[in-house]
Amino acid sequence: MSTEILGTIIIFLFTMMLAYPLGKYMAKVFNGEKTLTDFMNPLERLIFRISGINPKESMNWKQFLKAMLTINMLWLVYAFFMLLFQDKLPLNPDGNPGQTPDLAFNTAISFLVNCNLQHYSGESGLTYLTQLIVITFLQFVSAATGIAALVALFNGLKEKTTNNLGNFWNYLVKSTTRILLPLSIVVAAILAFNGTPTSYDGKDSIVTLQGDSVQVSRGPAAGMIAIKQLGTNGGGWFGVNSAHPLENPNYFTNAVETIAILLIPIALVFALGFYIHRRKLAKVIFAVMTFLFVIFCTINIYYETKGNPAIDKLGVAQNMGSMEGKEVRLGAAATAFWSVATTSTSNGSVNGMHDSLTPVSGGVVILDMMINALYGGVGVGLLNYFIFIIIAVFISGLMVGRTPEFMGHKVEAREVKIAALITLLSAFLIKGFTALAAYMVIHHPEIGWAVKPSAWLNNPSYHGFSEMLYEYTSSNANNGSGFEGLGDNNIFWNVSTGIVLLLGRFLPIIAPLAIMGLLANKKFIPESPGTLRTDSYTFGVMTLVIIIIITALSYLPALGLGPIAEYFSIY
Amino acid sequence: MKKNVLISLKLTLVMIILCAVLYPLLIAGIGKVTPGGGKGETLSVNGKVVGYERVGQKFTEDKYFRGRPSAVDYNAAGSAGSNKGPSNPEYLKIVQDRIDSFLVHNPGIKKEEIPADLVTASGSGLDPDISPASAYVQVKRVAAIRKLQENKVRTLVDEHIETSLLGGPSLVNVLKLNIGLDKMSEL
Repeated sequence: MSTEILGTIIIFLFTMMLAYPLGKYMAKVFNGEKTLTDFMNPLERLIFRISGINPKESMNWKQFLKAMLTINMLWLVYAFFMLLFQDKLPLNPDGNPGQTPDLAFNTAISFLVNCNLQHYSGESGLTYLTQLIVITFLQFVSAATGIAALVALFNGLKEKTTNNLGNFWNYLVKSTTRILLPLSIVVAAILAFNGTPTSYDGKDSIVTLQGDSVQVSRGPAAGMIAIKQLGTNGGGWFGVNSAHPLENPNYFTNAVETIAILLIPIALVFALGFYIHRRKLAKVIFAVMTFLFVIFCTINIYYETKGNPAIDKLGVAQNMGSMEGKEVRLGAAATAFWSVATTSTSNGSVNGMHDSLTPVSGGVVILDMMINALYGGVGVGLLNYFIFIIIAVFISGLMVGRTPEFMGHKVEAREVKIAALITLLSAFLIKGFTALAAYMVIHHPEIGWAVKPSAWLNNPSYHGFSEMLYEYTSSNANNGSGFEGLGDNNIFWNVSTGIVLLLGRFLPIIAPLAIMGLLANKKFIPESPGTLRTDSYTFGVMTLVIIIIITALSYLPALGLGPIAEYFSIY
Repeated sequence: MKKNVLISLKLTLVMIILCAVLYPLLIAGIGKVTPGGGKGETLSVNGKVVGYERVGQKFTEDKYFRGRPSAVDYNAAGSAGSNKGPSNPEYLKIVQDRIDSFLVHNPGIKKEEIPADLVTASGSGLDPDISPASAYVQVKRVAAIRKLQENKVRTLVDEHIETSLLGGPSLVNVLKLNIGLDKMSEL
């Protein structure tokens, strides 16, 4: 058991060792400096020429967002129709059906917004064609969209006064060719050599040692799994994601996949420091995020390795920790560590069933998604953190009685209003929809829908409430994991989470870029002795306090009805 | 606006080719030189494939070591965990039933000796492994049914314990162990 805990520490240290140089490299890529990957230049020039893009064209924040939203809209329509008619298209060796309209709506949005909530199982709900040209494609470009949006923010922070946030197309393409593709090839190759399938053969039929006939699902999974982790997408090839022994064959691949989950989100924090030449600021942000991350990991590893007290009462030997929903080759500690990594980064892939986590760990992963800024999704995590910074700047300004400033720009009513609305939006979406779902379960359990609300929940009582709370929290955070016992492939859940997904993705991208656009346009005020230094550890603590207060005020009652109540029922 | 739409259309097409056609083909090419040829590694007995090394299969007969409980009954065309919450009374009843059933099939074993991984469902429903303790606790039953010496079966388990580099749990692959067991019985 103690070696398992050591294993998680090694994974985390290794991640940081890789993330630092990667951050430096990414800053160079977006600065247009010389890098190791300049051999990609001809390919990029070709892409720009075919698409009619001038990568040097400058964009203000509105033009940047228009370009981003236009291509995202196109992807949504494309994905929806492909999923709807996948049964009529080639490369479907298992003969899987087309998706229903509401499921296609949900799936298309879910992968477009980098969430990867899956209301289907990959083995039967998609074809090899849609796994690749819809799912894998969107996993690349949605991650690239997030990174591009973040680079726009970097540009606003870098210049004293500017209209130019950079070129969206340029960042979108380069995030793919310089970061996501090369890393994915490495990770996919490691998985392939450890037994993850890569071939296009369909299901295999075998007779087992005992003499049963079974079919085994396969497919070109390794490439998709690599980008699912690196791009904080999270949607698995197989239904149970990285708990599946072909998707995550051994302890070593599990370490590689865990690193892949955390790598780019952490590297982007370092990239911020290098890109805008404020390494201290990046260090402070990294310290705040890591502080909470390590606390969450410690809690989850403690509770999962300790085991489920209700199982202890049955009198069996729980030496491996709580093993319901977990895999023997991974163990309780690595699964607990992963559960925090995947919810911190808005990844959402799982290597064990979150629905079966012990109450405290289950609560921690929900809380982690509510904060959604501890490293966060590729690109968007730092955008979320930026909103917390704006609020912290505002409140600190009030405390010392000065006009709040951030990086030499006055933060005024308009920016603070936008930031406040965005923090309220999450709480409103999560709690509003959870309340609606809970209302249906309690008051209209037998309403004449195809799937009645009485059949939604896989667990009674507090845990059943947690299943619904988790689903909307995951949707709003664009995380994509679930308490998967929830019967969610029906119109109510497909449509309602689809709406939450869209709002939870684009408003939190639009708002920080709008704030940045407005700030960067203002007159630059040089630093004076009276300036509140945002790259100090004091300010880091201030941001931490703001994060805790906002999250506690917004969500503590909801957590009290779910995981906290469940805790007191079995301990 | 029109310019954005045109760029979007063309760029989308190019990116689909790059990320969803060329990239998977490259990985499929790499897969061809891996041990299983990219199709998944299989295990054979006398030249006949009896299963995938990494995909767990169902063992219900007492003469075989059993794997973990599975929410999909080891149907590898799909995959699922039980998704039961830790406090669910119905779930705890299921675990209790598994314990009772194990005690019936394994006379002489006390409840405290049953490792929890043997009575709780895996995450995938296809877990190919059990803990070493879960293999040892079944040695008595298997040896008695097959009329083998207990210490020989115990040694067989010893030989099948796999450890991992970075501090992961020790484990026993159930299919490999049972193949070894069949071979031992033949001798």
